[in-house]
Parts: sequence; C-alpha cells; structure tokens
Amino acid sequence: MATASSNDDPAAPGAEAAPRFDREVNVGDIVFRAVTAFAGVLVILALALVVVDLGAASGRTLVRDGASFLGARAWDPVHGLFGALPFLYGSVVTSIAAVVGAVPIAFGIAVYLTEYAPLWLRGPLGFLVELLAAVPSVVYGFWGVLVLVPWLRTTGEPALASALGFLPIFQGPPVGNGMLAAVLIIGLMVLPTISSVSREVLSAVPLALREGAQALGATRSEMLRAVVFPYARSGLAGAVLLGTGRALGETMAVTMVIGNRPTIAASAFAPASTMATVIANQYDEASGAHLEALATLGLLLLALTVALNVAARLLAVRTRTAGSALPPRAPRASLLP
Amino acid sequence: MPPLDRSPSPDGASPTSVNEPRDDARGNDAPKMRAEGLRAFFGTTEILKGVSLDLARRQVTSVIGPSGCGKSTLVRCLNRMHEVVAGASVRGRVTLDGRDIYARDVDPVLVRRRVGMVFQRPNPFPTMSVRENVLAGLRINGLPIDDPEALVEKCLRNVFLWDEVKDALARLGGTLSTGQQQRLCIARCIALEPEVILMDEPCSALDPVATAKIEELIQELSERFTIAIVTHSMQQAARVSDFTAFIYQGELVELATTDDLFTNPKNRRTEDYITGRFG
Repeated sequence: MATASSNDDPAAPGAEAAPRFDREVNVGDIVFRAVTAFAGVLVILALALVVVDLGAASGRTLVRDGASFLGARAWDPVHGLFGALPFLYGSVVTSIAAVVGAVPIAFGIAVYLTEYAPLWLRGPLGFLVELLAAVPSVVYGFWGVLVLVPWLRTTGEPALASALGFLPIFQGPPVGNGMLAAVLIIGLMVLPTISSVSREVLSAVPLALREGAQALGATRSEMLRAVVFPYARSGLAGAVLLGTGRALGETMAVTMVIGNRPTIAASAFAPASTMATVIANQYDEASGAHLEALATLGLLLLALTVALNVAARLLAVRTRTAGSALPPRAPRASLLP
Repeated sequence: MPPLDRSPSPDGASPTSVNEPRDDARGNDAPKMRAEGLRAFFGTTEILKGVSLDLARRQVTSVIGPSGCGKSTLVRCLNRMHEVVAGASVRGRVTLDGRDIYARDVDPVLVRRRVGMVFQRPNPFPTMSVRENVLAGLRINGLPIDDPEALVEKCLRNVFLWDEVKDALARLGGTLSTGQQQRLCIARCIALEPEVILMDEPCSALDPVATAKIEELIQELSERFTIAIVTHSMQQAARVSDFTAFIYQGELVELATTDDLFTNPKNRRTEDYITGRFG
C-alpha cells in the first residue's frame, strides 16, 4: 500500500484496507440450507413411500387381474370375491352429483362476495364460508346421523318419491342412510373449497379489465359475462376439479350416512359404499386377499385425487398467466387450500 | 340529444346508435362538458375540493399538475368512473350538453357510453381477438352491428393501426406491442362513437415512438371528439392540447388556452409549476 507509512498491517484499525472479495465458507448458511432441503425432500419421500407401500400391500392385484378386479360387481370377503365396481360407482356418482349440486351455489357465493356484497360484509361472510371447511368431518357426519338421515327417511325421501317417483332414482324404500344423504353431506363439505378458490380466481381478474369494460358502458353483469368469466374460465374449472378431488376423498362423514353396502342400485335412497368408506370400514378386520383388495382401492383413490389436483393446479396457473401483464385486482394466496 | 335516464327507449334502440346524428354541429359554442363545484372523495378524504371547468367542444383540453393533485380523479368524475371504486363519492354538478350526469335519474352506464375512456396502462381484453376487442363495446351493450368487418377496419384505420394488424385480426389483443395495444384500446373506445374521450395519461406506459403516434392520433380525433387528456408531461400538453387546466392540491388553479397558460400564466403557482420550481 502506497499510503501506509508507520503501520504496514492493512487490517489494523485506521488503516485504509484494500477491499477484499475472497469467497468465505459460511457454515451457518450451509447448515440452514441442508435443514430446509431435508424438509422439502421429506415430503417427496413420504408420498413416494405411501405409493410404494400401498403398491406392495396391494399384492399387485391391478397387474395380476386389473380388468376383472375393476369390472367385478361382487364384493364378498367371506367367499373371497373382490370386485371394485360398486365402490368406483359409489365414489364417482356421489362425488359428481355432489359437485354438480354445489357448483352453482359455490359460484354464486364467490360472485356475490367479489362483485356485489357491500365491503363490510365481504370479510365476515367470506370468513364464515371458509369456516365451513374447518368443521371436522365427523361433526358433519354426526349432524347427518342425528338430523339429515332421520329427516330424509320421514320427510325428504317420501316427498321426492311422491313428486318424482316416476324416475328410477327416486324409487324404492326411503331408508335415510344412502346415496342421497351422502351426496348432500359431500355437497355441503365441498362448498367452501369450490367457493373460496373461485373467489380467489375472480378477485385475481385485473382491475384494469373490469374498468375497461365498465368504461365501455357495461353494467356489472355485462362486465362479468364479457370480461371477468372468460378471463377466469380455466381457474374456475380448476376450482371445480379441486372440489371433485375433495369429494372423492371424503370419508368419515360419508361412512356415517351412506349405509355401507357394496351394491349398485338405481335408487338414490339405497345404501351404497365408496372407495374411501369401504377402506375405513374394513381395514382392521382384513387380511390376505381382502387386505390386498383394499390397498388396491387405496391406490386407485390416490391416483384419482392426485390427477385431479394436478389438473386443477395447471388450470389455475393458466388463469394467472392468461397472456396479460396487468396486475391482479387483489394479491392472491396459493390456489390450493 | 340522446336521453341518459334509465327508461329504455320504446323501440329498444340504443341512445348511442352509431348512425344517430350527433348534437355536435360546428358553430355550437356551448361547452361540451362543464363541472361546477365538483368535489370527489375517497372515504372522508377530499380529493377534489370544488373544481369548476369547461371542456370546449371538439377541442383538446389537457389536465396537468403534480402527482396526487387529483387530475386523474377529475377525469374519472366526468364519466362517473370515480364512483365504481368502493368508498368513493362525488358531490357537485357535471353537465354533458347541459344535462347533469349526476342527476338522480341518470344511469351511469349510459353516461359511459357517451363519454369514453382510455386508461394509463393499455387494457385490451386478453381473451378476445383484436377484432373482438374493437367490437367489444358494441357487443357488451347489445348494439346492432351492420357490417362488423367494415367497422373494425374503419376504427383501426382511425387509430393508424390497420396496416399493422390487418393480417392479425384473429390474434389475441394482449399479443400486440404495448403501443399497439393502446391504439387498440382507443379504437375500442371510438367504435362506440362516444362524444367525449377521456384519456388518463395514455402515453405513460409507452416509448417515445408510440407516444408520438398517439399524440398525432389525438390531433386527428379532436376533429370529431371532445377530448380531455391527463398528462404528467407539460411538453405533451403543449403539443396536443388547445386548452390546459392546471390542478394543484385538488383545486383548479388556472384554465386557459394552452398558449396563454404556458407563455403568460395568470397565477403565481401555475408559473412556479411550469417553470419547474416545484412538482
């Protein structure tokens, strides 16, 4: 150093040290990075373990006799008959019926909350809807057992039978426990999922587009139809798929009201069973081929729900990046609950 | 003059039908729009504190002033867009051809069909093609379109965009360049044949070349439309406008012909602002 005279040590206090850019090893950073990376990997490992273990427990039923397992209607553990069809049917039909019923109400809630409700009401009402999702499944089930099922047996199902009894789905004895009760409970339970995701999707539609439509003389409903819904289309579809995934996996409350019989009946009043409920009902007494069949149902359920969630996520991402650099109206949280 | 009240006209035709003769004949010297004691609020905050000004018919009036002075709010009050934000409110009178647009029986939707608006950031509808963007206002309002292709071409020619996009009419509106998007938004606005066009800093997101095109366009459009343009650029105000209003802290300080305001300001604060002493 040219200026150093009495003190030649550049690190000494007061001296004009040359700036140093040497790479230093920061142990704290390395450790922290390793810990967080481990946490991330753990999730992937857990999912992989579930798949592998379920696959092992299923005894390769799907590989051995996939088509006959999926297509068989008989489920009789005592005689060693294991057909998945009644549960596939129960799961798919209850889920779809529940989602079809819930979607109009859920979209209605979302549109009201984002577009029409007075500001002071949006927070509390939105919170109440989210709260529906926080109610434990068993509480819905208990309400179903105490209130919904008796009401269906004495009032709801007889009324449907007398009004619409010419349709096969509204024929048969009013049991109470059955498909209809399951559909109503599942519908109630997927309502908050679909409405809260739809609400996020709608509030992510850029303010600039809303104002653009309004400045052209659009009323609020004209603006919704011309600009907001088209922009939010794929995100709304994602919300429906997420709700369907939730409906397929719903177990506790459904078990309590669906009647748990491995049958395929035309009547909505008849007891039935779903993939989720049969596993919950029979796993602790199952062994051998029975356990393998249940594990296979578990694998199928996992595959279905994963597929629906992935599809929903992809659709949601498309809304977020729908070819516009305009900022969203409100900052959005993650689309997945 | 087309009605502004909510009752639908008996034949179902819109008051802004493209073919309707306009009440804008040359020689009519009355101001196209006039604000009287206009006050605007967000919640309890007073943004405009009693502004009175005229928009001269078929002239360009620019609105200048430092950031936050209320100039955007002022133009948003002229087509009742201020009140669409929750918590916003307006007091005072604004007339369009003598009719108070804040009167109780006036439908704000009809006001906005006659007083169009172009925004700061280009906002073409991203799910619509270029063609559909031009027609969007008519479609939204359910107005009949005799010859859509001709109308699209006419509007795009009016904004000097036709030659650039005539082979790309089916492309989505959001795929154009930013400057093209802004001209598309102006085309979308004039397709409805408004009488007044409000522009809220229409060039602030654009590069100088695109800005020059918009400025040329504004000159052209002032042959047919009454235009108010908010700008943060005094040079732009000087280039494009016939009149200039200087707004400061929610009040109108001075409104004069652009030449007068920039060369011979009457007010001390105007002089300070245009000579760069503040703002």
